Amino acid sequence: MNAWLTCLRPGDALTLALAVSLVVTLFATLWSNTRADRAIIRQGGELVAEHSLITERRIEVEGPIGKTVIELAPGRARVVSDPGLRQYCVQQGWLTRVNAVAICAPNQVSLMLAGRGSGNRHDSLNY
Amino acid sequence: MTASTTKPTEIVLRPSADDYRIAGYAAAAIAITIAEGALPSPLPGVKPGLANIIILVVLLKHGWKDAAWVSLLRVFAAALVGGTFLAPGFFMSLAGAICSLTVLGLSCRLPAAWFGPVSHSVVAAFAHIGGQIVVARLWLVPHDGVFYLLPIFGLAALVFGIVNGLVAGQLMKDDGVATPRSGVQGMQSSSAPTDGMELSK
Repeated sequence: MNAWLTCLRPGDALTLALAVSLVVTLFATLWSNTRADRAIIRQGGELVAEHSLITERRIEVEGPIGKTVIELAPGRARVVSDPGLRQYCVQQGWLTRVNAVAICAPNQVSLMLAGRGSGNRHDSLNY
Repeated sequence: MTASTTKPTEIVLRPSADDYRIAGYAAAAIAITIAEGALPSPLPGVKPGLANIIILVVLLKHGWKDAAWVSLLRVFAAALVGGTFLAPGFFMSLAGAICSLTVLGLSCRLPAAWFGPVSHSVVAAFAHIGGQIVVARLWLVPHDGVFYLLPIFGLAALVFGIVNGLVAGQLMKDDGVATPRSGVQGMQSSSAPTDGMELSK
């Protein structure tokens, strides 16, 4: 074993440390359970659709004041348009993390992301 | 009628000693690549890349240019023998080899007394998977989902990069070439691809 270790030079420790930290970072960022893999769409509190975030898809949801358009893409989702006055849910842009929610209150439409191990991590949301 | 007296042009290629040496190393690397292709892999694409031990040894003994020859000959010949020439796997291998050669060209500029074959092997292994995953994302799997495999490929690059580097260092030591050299010497004689793993095929 020692014979093998004699091949190592001082700088190799630095290289290995950087390589190990890169691998750990890759696992932490790409395999953490915070990335969403499906979108849950509700209207008036009722489940309208639940789709995986693997392929691109456009969904139109009818509400009391008009049509809300939701776009799904690999790993993310957003509200493209909504008839509501203030457009808060549209301005949220792309949602990528588990439990992220875009609520279009006037039209009673919500878009929520879910993923592995998502559970209910949040008791409440504050704005 | 008179018979033409002009002689046909004769082209004679005389291989030099360098050509024989490169051909020998390339043959060894190709044989290892093909033999490795027969080994079962826990995940498609994850392979030890043992041929890179040869390329590392060539890099450290004969320089980057020779190592580049051996590496690229290995990619082309192994694809021809394996029937994957111009198939997606070939381009992924080629991309990995070019990226690792590029990185090795840079790593050779590091002081040789501080950075040995293990460093070269590890950085080249990461460059190799980097090149392959970019080709996969741009061409084969136009979807960010391919990046979910990066941690596994990164881990394989780390493990196989270390192992290949240690084996290459040991072989160099047996050859009596393992003594640290200066950065300038390293520039003159070094660098080739060391993928710890290959994503392709």
